[in-house]
Parts: sequence; C-alpha cells; structure tokens
Amino acid sequence: MQGNDDIILSATGIEKVFPGAKALNNVNFQLRRGEVHALLGENGAGKSTLVKCITGAYRRDGGKLVLDGAEIDPRDTFEAQRLGIGTVYQEVNLLPNLTVAENLFLGRQPRRFGLVDAAEMNRRARALLSGYELDVDVRTELSSCSVAVQQVVAIARAVDLSGKVLILDEPTASLDAHEVEMLFAIVRRLKSQGLGVIFITHFLEQVYAICDRITVLRNGQLVGTRDAAALPRRELIAMMLGRELGDEIKQAGNAQASEGAVRYRFRGYGRKGHIAPFDLEVRKGEVVGVAGLLGSGRTETAEILFGAEKADSGTAEVDGKPIDISSPRTAIRHRFGFCPEDRKTDGIIGDLSVRENIALALQARRGWARPISRAEQDRLADRYIAALDIRTSDREKPIRLLSGGNQQKAILARWLATNPEFLILDEPTRGIDVGAHAEIIRLIENLCEQGMSLIVISSELDELVAYSRRVIVLRDRAHVSELVGEEVTTSHIVEAIAAADKREAGQ
Amino acid sequence: MNALKSHLLRLAPQIVVLIAVVLLISLAFPDFLTLQMQNGRIYGSLIDVLNRGAPVALLAIGMTIVIATRGIDLSVGAVMAICGAVAAASITSGHSLVYTLALALAVGMLCGLWNGILVAVLDIQPIIATLVLMVAGRGIAQLITEGAILTFNDAGLIFIGSGSFLGLPMPVVIWLVFGIAITLLVRRTALGMLVEALGINRRASTLSGVSTGVLLIAAYILSGLCAAIAGIIAAADIKGADANNAGLWLELDAILAVVVGGNSLLGGRFSIAASLLGAMIIQAINTGILLSGFPPEFNLIIKAAIIVLILVVQSPRVRDLLAWFGRSASREAAVKQEVK
Repeated sequence: MQGNDDIILSATGIEKVFPGAKALNNVNFQLRRGEVHALLGENGAGKSTLVKCITGAYRRDGGKLVLDGAEIDPRDTFEAQRLGIGTVYQEVNLLPNLTVAENLFLGRQPRRFGLVDAAEMNRRARALLSGYELDVDVRTELSSCSVAVQQVVAIARAVDLSGKVLILDEPTASLDAHEVEMLFAIVRRLKSQGLGVIFITHFLEQVYAICDRITVLRNGQLVGTRDAAALPRRELIAMMLGRELGDEIKQAGNAQASEGAVRYRFRGYGRKGHIAPFDLEVRKGEVVGVAGLLGSGRTETAEILFGAEKADSGTAEVDGKPIDISSPRTAIRHRFGFCPEDRKTDGIIGDLSVRENIALALQARRGWARPISRAEQDRLADRYIAALDIRTSDREKPIRLLSGGNQQKAILARWLATNPEFLILDEPTRGIDVGAHAEIIRLIENLCEQGMSLIVISSELDELVAYSRRVIVLRDRAHVSELVGEEVTTSHIVEAIAAADKREAGQ
Repeated sequence: MNALKSHLLRLAPQIVVLIAVVLLISLAFPDFLTLQMQNGRIYGSLIDVLNRGAPVALLAIGMTIVIATRGIDLSVGAVMAICGAVAAASITSGHSLVYTLALALAVGMLCGLWNGILVAVLDIQPIIATLVLMVAGRGIAQLITEGAILTFNDAGLIFIGSGSFLGLPMPVVIWLVFGIAITLLVRRTALGMLVEALGINRRASTLSGVSTGVLLIAAYILSGLCAAIAGIIAAADIKGADANNAGLWLELDAILAVVVGGNSLLGGRFSIAASLLGAMIIQAINTGILLSGFPPEFNLIIKAAIIVLILVVQSPRVRDLLAWFGRSASREAAVKQEVK
C-alpha cells in the first residue's frame, strides 16, 4: 500500500443517474501522482460518464472528489481546468483556423497596451512547446498540422492550464503507429514530472505499453483496479466482458435446442472494409450469439445481414432458396427485423408517439396507400405496451421522453408487430436498468421458443451464454471462431477472443 | 372527436393571430369586413386577401411537406417564372388550353424531380441543391420568353387568373381545393406519418423499411407542382409571363407562411392547414398596409415588425415563460385559497 499523499485525485462513491438508468453506481477511483492509469470498459460502461463527473461536465448525484488533499466540486470544465484537471478528447477541441500559438494562449493572450502582443505570445509558445520535441512553427495555422501535432498542442495547452491531472479520452484513435509512439513519449515525460494521467482507449496493446494501473468499469459499476503488470490480457478481457474466469455455470435450456434443418444460410457473405466474408447458418427457433470486443465487426455483421450495408460478396438463402437482401426494405420483405445498437440515431423517431413508433415498420411494409387505421394502431400499441410492459403514461407520448429500456422495448415491439421470422438484436440490453435487462432476456427466450430465429449481439457474455446455443466470436472485423452447445461458456468465449488477440500481438 | 379537438388546438395560435390582424385592420377601416354580391360574384377586401394570397398559399402547401422532410425548397419562385413562361409560350404558339396546362404542370414537376434527385440521390444539402434552380430558373424563364413579357389573350387561360366559380375568384377556389386534396392525401393515407418519420430521423426510418429516397423525391415533385400552379395563376392574372418578376421573392414568403404556421424548420410534425393560415396572415398584413395609405417605403418594415412579433409570441422561450407565469399564478391562487 502506498502512502495517501501519493494520491493526487480520488473519487469515492460517485453516483450518476440518468432518466431510467443508473449510469454510475458507487464508483471509486484513485489516481496517483506520476502514473498512467487506464480506464477501460465497453461502450456504455460508464467511462466517459465518470470522466465527465470528474471534469464537471456532468453534475454527479453523489460521492466525493478530492484533488491534492482538498475536496473539490467543479461546476464546469473551466473550473476543473483551473483546479488542475485538463482533458484532451479524441476530436481535438481547438480552433483549426487559428495559429498554434493562438490556440495555446486562447483566452489568456499576453497583452501590451490592451492589444495582443503577438511577438511575446509566439515566444512563450515556443518555450512551452520546446519540452515536447515538436518541430513546428508556432505561427502556422493549426489546421495545416497533422492530427498528431494537433493532439500534442491540445495536450500542451491542457497541461499548461491545469498541471495536476491530464485526462486523455481516446487520443490515439486516429493516429498511426509512429504517431502513437511520439504521443507516448510525451505522456511518459509528463508522468515523470509527477502528473497523473487518465488514459481511455479501446486498444489493449496500448494499455499494456504505457499504463501502470488499470481500472475496469462495467454497467456503471467498478469491476476493479489492478496493476497492469499483474493482469494478464485474458483476465482483463474477462473483467471487461463480465464473469470471472473459472465461472463455468452452463445454463440449462439452451443446450437442448432442436437440431432442425438450417433455415437461413449465408455463404461467403461480406463487404470490403466492413466485415471479412463469413459463413453463417441459423436454424428455426435458434439463438445465435455474436461476441467480440468493440470494433471487432459485431455491428457490421448485423448491418450486412439486414441489408443496411450491401454485401459485395457471398450469397444468402432462406430454406434453400437464394434471396436478395440489398436494402432494409428487401430484408423486411423476407420477414427480417433489426433492433440497432444506437437507439437514438438508428432506432427511435423521437418526436413521434409511442403508437406511431410501434406501427412504423408494419406501415412501411404495407406501403403508404394502405394505412393502418387509427383504431388498429391503437390496438397494436396497447397490445405491445401491455405485452412488453412498456412504461409510458399513454401511447401518445413522444417516444423520446421514455427511458432507454422502454425505448428499447418499443423498438422491439415495432419489429414484433411485423411478425418477423428472423430477428437481429444488436446490444438489446445496453444502457438499460437491471430490471429491464431480465425482461428482455426472458423475451428473447420466449421468441425463440415460438420458433423465431434470432441473432443476438452482446458484450454481456453471461447473457449470451444464457440464451445462445451457438456463439460466433469476432475479432478484427472477421469471424474467427464458432462455439457450439457444451463449448458455449464465458471462459471459452474469453479465450477465443484473447487467443486471437495474442496471435496478433505475437506477430 | 378527440383528434378534431387536438387539431383545433394545434391551429389555435394561427386562428387567433389571423382574427387579431383582421380585427386590427377593420378598426382602422371598417369597410374591410364588408362583402358585396355583384354579377354573381363576391367582392370585398377579405376576398382580395384570399385572392392575392393564392400564389403564396399554393407554394406553402408544397413547402410544408418539403420542410417536414427536414428540407427546404428555394427554387419555387423561379419555377413559378418558368412554368408561367412555358404556359404563355405554349398558348401563344397555338396549342390547346389542356395541352398548355398539362405541359406547364409537367415542367414544374420535372423541376421538382431535379431538386429531389440532387437532395435524395446525390445527398446535397437542400438549401444548396434548390439554390441552383433558384438562380438558373429565372434565366431559363428568360430564355423561354426571349427576354420580353410574353402576353397572351386566350380567354380560357385568363379565366384561371380572373374568372370566378361559385362566387369566388378562381385562384381562391384552386388553392382551397388543392390544399384540401393534398391534406386528405397525406392524412387519409400513411404518407403524412412516413414523411414525419423521415424528417425526424431519416436513418431510423430507412432501417424500419420506409422508402425514404422515393418519399424525398416525391416531396420535391409536389413542391414543383405547387409552384407550377402558382406560376400559371400569376401569369393568367396579368395576361402575360414576366420572367423577371413572376414569383420574385415568393419562396421566402412561402417559407415564412410555413413558419408562421408553427411548423418547425427542423422537420417532422407538420400541418398544411396551419401553413395556409400563415399565408393568409401574411397576405392580410400586406393588404392592410396597402389600405392604410402609409408611404409604400414603410410597407416592408411594418410587415417585418408584425412578423417578428408573431414569431416572438410563438417562440419556445416565450411559451415557457407564459407557462411559468400561468403556473405561478395558479400556485398563488392555491396559496390564497389555503390561507382562507
């Protein structure tokens, strides 16, 4: 145990509630002086919510923040900056049409006789950047610099303004390997100066290359904080995706699923730049799970199966007959349905009522000239509001006012209303509260019993294991492995993901 | 019954404003409200408002749908000029009235198709896509009329501009019938809901199986058709096609009518009836200012001031503020009651 004075920033018992879901639940986080601390988790785990609570972008609903021994309560990012917490985002938030020096000193330009003293500003900017081994003229416009240089300028500005804690939110997402190395050299130097650095990324190799400790969040809860050196990659993935290693509960119920004839068969199906060609077979009444880390091609698989992205290779068949699914409309004609991962942008029609949102897909399939009568729409909406327990004051409420879980159920209702035979669910339980979680899982099992074929993509491995008879594992936009029946356990899935990961690291 | 009530509630602000504007004018000019029957035709300032407002009302019908898709159509004024010129050129070169009308309407729809393809297929921002035809359109119209005002004296065509039917001027009959027809078309079928869904979230609508591309193109074609009808009326009214001035700046009045009608420029929920009321509000203001005898150079400023006032009253901020006052007033009343 290190002394308390080593801790530069400590967050205890942080809580944040969004309508309908608890985004952070009693999260503790401690950052030491002179360490690089990785903050990891899948999308929606609460990483950015935690960072925003620390920087004052969000008001936290509970918990304590202590910076350098003094309790703080930043009301906005400016105050956090003044207190010593600087943030650099993936999308550089500087002004591209100003010079490097102007960006560094924006809002605090040195003045002479009330005017900006450009010479003095440039001199100071050069002095400031001298520590960063940057070969750049501070008078050039920022937009003419590479993203990496812009990133460094953003870091230099944040460190100069704040100087105690630096938060890097996916800084390497758009950098090449060489630029990442340059960035890391700078981070290491800042670390040696005693700065505490919080590093958010999706690249595990980078985590091991630079981080001292790792904190993992999942579903708004702290999974744990560990020393990077003592945490094998496999175990880290298990922490991120849920379920401790060695936990071998094999759910009954999925193993005895029927060995019926293959209903949907995709051969060599793929699209360049999205997902490598894959083979996939789905039987009637079968749930096929899809697992993989973020960016492994999960959503791309769903989009290509539904025609949201056109496949440029391979064939699709239903009951042995070739079909064409080049657009959502044609897919829907073959009784496909798709609940997308990003409800807000791809799912809900925010200003329309719950009733209209539920009727939309059915109406679109019937065509505009055959409207569903208002009475029929009301019946449809009432039926699914009751069946799926969608909590809304009435069916005419705009859907954007519902909580995430209820929006998700309404979108599910939209597809169930079309009587689909093949349903693709992309992260059906993301960002919704625990109660709704269980209901949606029960629903998936019911649908499957009624003979529907489902593809479920999820980063919740224990959920996947509970309802899938087969699980496809993805890595680097390719299907790398398929687990069937008894093989479907969380540890096997984690192993399959990590094995591919190691192979890559070994190259 | 319930639907009717919510619909009237939606139109209430526009109806109140229109009545207020009309009352205000009639306070200064009591004659404003008088209507007379002469030769089987109604005359009066109110009828003038309905008649003069016909082009903007027609444009507002198409504009409402286009704006509901989260788009905008700047080209309608120029399309009016093109279609007026086409009609004049066709009738003066001896074609029949039916052929002339069909040709002019087809040209308007073709212009809409062009806009729709730029927006839906090439994914160009609507404001830029339709700006192209707004600029080029007047040039095309000038080519058709060969730079002069192309006059005609075909009685049939002139009848569309100055004839009357059931006592009402033809332009009034046309925009009323067309407005009702389009309203029925979008509300009695699923088109209205699909257009609203497309305007609110195009990607989610596409993923739900809505043919968003086709709908978008159809919206611009409808707008072009509306502009064609307005253009024929404008030409018939002056018995000639004026490529330079026909429909000049009317695209802005049409957008204004949609906005005064309480439709959001961000797309989604729309009401054609509200836009038509908006068009009549604008025309009533125009006519009122003319009647008032102010020096004409004041007209535009007064019009702008009144419209700013209407928009301020409709703005979400002011509405929130009014709601807040309403709440605190009722709270005070409740407190007083408790004290008693």
